[in-house]
This record gives sequence, structure tokens and C-alpha cells, in this order.
Amino acid sequence: MNIVAKIAGYGARDLLRSRWLLAYAGFFAIATFTLLRFSDGETRALLSLVNVVLLIVPLASVIFGTMYLYASREFVELLLAQPIRRGQLFAGLFAGLTMPTALAVVAGIMIPMLALGVSREGLAIGGWLAFVAAALSIAFTAIATAVAYFVEDRVRGLAVALGTWLLLAVVYDAGVLMAAVQLSDYPLERPLLAAMFANPIDLSRLLLLQQFDSAALLGYTGALFQRFLAGTAGALAAVGALAAWIVLPALAGVRLFQRKDF
Amino acid sequence: MIEVFGLTKRFGARTVLDGVSLHIRPGRVTAIVGPNSAGKTTLIKSILGLTRGDAGVIRLNGRDIDAEGRYRADIGYMPQIARFPENLSAADLFRMMRDLRDGTQRDEELLDSLRLREHLDKPLRVLSGGTRQKVNAALAFLFAPSLLILDEPTAGLDPVAAGVVKDKVIAERAKGRTFILTTHVMSDLEELADDIAFLVDGRIRFSGAVTMLKRMTRQLSLERAIARVMDGELAA
Repeated sequence: MNIVAKIAGYGARDLLRSRWLLAYAGFFAIATFTLLRFSDGETRALLSLVNVVLLIVPLASVIFGTMYLYASREFVELLLAQPIRRGQLFAGLFAGLTMPTALAVVAGIMIPMLALGVSREGLAIGGWLAFVAAALSIAFTAIATAVAYFVEDRVRGLAVALGTWLLLAVVYDAGVLMAAVQLSDYPLERPLLAAMFANPIDLSRLLLLQQFDSAALLGYTGALFQRFLAGTAGALAAVGALAAWIVLPALAGVRLFQRKDF
Repeated sequence: MIEVFGLTKRFGARTVLDGVSLHIRPGRVTAIVGPNSAGKTTLIKSILGLTRGDAGVIRLNGRDIDAEGRYRADIGYMPQIARFPENLSAADLFRMMRDLRDGTQRDEELLDSLRLREHLDKPLRVLSGGTRQKVNAALAFLFAPSLLILDEPTAGLDPVAAGVVKDKVIAERAKGRTFILTTHVMSDLEELADDIAFLVDGRIRFSGAVTMLKRMTRQLSLERAIARVMDGELAA
């Protein structure tokens, strides 16, 4: 086994035994179970679950990732004193942190679905939801690495992490909405699509909602997006953009990590 | 063993190391002493490659230390603060380090002399601070490296454990291993140090053999000799 896999393996073992991760997976399991069991209609339950995922996964991933990275600072110093390269160490730490957290979300969503026995279409949407949730989880953990290795102070780092989430989850949409209202005389479909692509949460929402028939309810723009994403090129572009939201922050993280004075 | 030439390190506007030159001789214990925030830990971390200097050269056995970090295969490091992954056990931790290094030589003597074996399977989060510090010490010696860097090794250890670690240092020095350590504890210095490097505000105020320091300051005890250096009576 190579060094990266070994470091990732021990990191994952540490996290998989943590009570926090168990509670995190449990939260999604309970939410999925309750929604499927008690809302009227599978589609409605899944739509609610999409909203829960889009709210909780980015927040939990970025905050937990940042806290974990600051807490492991001293251990990382000890590992840096071993005969391994920094790039390998980063890759191992990153995989060891992202895999268990993403797995917790996927397990939390999929296990109740399989246990309750949802319809075939429901399972397809659920699987897609789990996939996007995992990607979103990894993307926000990647953002956490960039924050934690850029900001030296722990409290300020946590504030930056929280601020990033607030910006992407709340402020961004408000800004887009305001711009759309102000510029409503112009054709906005393309700029809006670009704006959705530039925010991982909006992009995930777009990818998830187009799975539902009700996406048409989003109006003319929604219908346009759906037509765009229904095409192979559009869908690939959207998944590629989500992948970019993992790769770019992780690249920023690894560069900062390689240059950092510990 | 190690030569440092003109090592300078700035953090923002603050100059932490200001042209430090130092020679660490093999088979001896070199103590780096000095007041708080004098740059001791930064100097150690520079040798380990954790911190990169803005200027200067560090050579290990005549070769510049490289970014790849292979030279660290022959160094054991005991950091000042021992914090490990909470849910791993000490046994996991030793296994992890073994997986990361492929050295065949193992030295598990401290596991017995520090009575760590009974704690090996507990999660590290339930171990006391002192026990974690013992794990930290045992890790540094585990691969029988020829250079050991110990950052305040006896801080946080009870007197018995501190004695065990000091005896280990003396025994390993007798086998020809080289030590760099920082400490604020005078008795550690008296017992262990062969050479002393005195660091104040990022500059070496004195470096050389303990016997020479005592002779130059005309003091019998190391503590008084160091006090004289601190007073600024001695130019390097």
C-alpha cells in the first residue's frame, strides 16, 4: 500500500470511530426516515430531503472540516517530521477526512430508503441525491482545508469558514435575486445559468431539482435550465462544474499546505 | 552532523531567527536554551523542514536538507505538545508510524520502562496528558534514529518518567546517537548537555561545550554561568 492510502486509512479509522460522525449520519437517517414515512407522497418527501441536504451538508462539512484541521495541527506537525513528502501527506489527510464524512451522508440517506422500500423512481432520485450530497460534502471540506491552512488563528478561521457558508448559502442567492429583479427587462437566462454554476449549492440545487417533474414550476427560466441540463453536454458541464468545486479549493489547500510554516 | 549557516526566518515583520549559525556535533547532546520566544522551536522546526528559512543553509552530514524529506528517515522528533487523533489507540499510532517508515530497526524499550504497554489499546483521548507525553517520547525513540530532536522532553512528565527519559538519552548517547534538545529545566541541562547553544532574540549568544562556558564565566554551576550569559557579560 502506498503512503497516501495508509495515511488516509488511519485518518478514516479515527473519524469512523468518532461519535460526531455517528450523530451526523444518524441525523440524515432520521430525517430521511421521518420524511418518507410521514409526508404524503414520496416526491414531496424527497423534495424536502433535498432542501435539508442543501442546507445542512455544506454547513456541517465546512465547520467540521475546519475544526478537525485545526485540532489536528500538532499531529500534522509530527507527521511532517516523518520521511514523507508534503503533497502525499495532504492527499492522505484529505482523503481520510472527506471519505468518512461523505460516506456518513450517503449511508444516512440510502439506508432508510432501502429499508423502507421506496419506488424505483424514488430510489433513482435518492441515489442521485446521495451522489450530489457526497460531492457537496467533499467540496465544502476542500474549502475548509483552504481556510484552515490560510488563516493561522483558529477562531478567525472558524469565522471565515462560517462566513464562506453564509455567503454561498444565503447572501449569494439574495444578490442574484436582486440583480434579476433590477435587470428584469433584459434576457437573463444565460447570466443566471452562469451564476448558478458559480455557486456549488445553487449548482447542486439545479442538478437535483431537474430530477423532479415539478422543475417546470420554476417558470420559464427553470424550464430553460431543465432543457439545458437534459442534454448530455449540459449535464456533463454541470457535473464538471461541481467537480471543479472540489478540485479548485483542494488545489488551493495543497498549495497553501506545501508552502506553510508549521 | 548538522551545520546551520546564517539561518534567518521572519514571520511578517518579526524576525524570529536572525542569521543563526550553529554546529551540532555527532554523538553529543546539544541543548538549545534561551528565554521564551527566543526562536528555539523555530530553529528545531527549520532543521526538520517544518518551517523554511528566508535565508541560510542547513546541512545534514554535509548535504543540504531537501524538500523531499528523505533525510528525516534518520531523525526522531518529540514535539513539545503531544496531541494525537482522539479515537485511535496508542497501538494504532505506533502501527501508523511503522507503516510510514520502512526502517527495520525498532527500539521499544521505552514502552516497557515507561509502563506504556497497559495503555496501548485505549483510545488516546482517554489517556492523561502525562501518559500522552510518554507515548510521544516512545515514538521519538521507536526507530532508533541516529539524530533525536526533543522539544522540552521532560515538561509534563512526572519525576520518575522524566528520569527514565533522561537515562534513555544518556544510554543512547553512549551508543553514538546525537541529540538536540530544548529545555527550561536546569537539572536536565546539568545532567545531559555536552554542548550549549544560547539563543536570545533569534541570535546565538554563545555556543560551545558546557565545560568551556563554565570556564569562561568562571562559574561552577551551569545555572550561574547561564545567568551570566543572560546578563550579557559574554560575547559569543
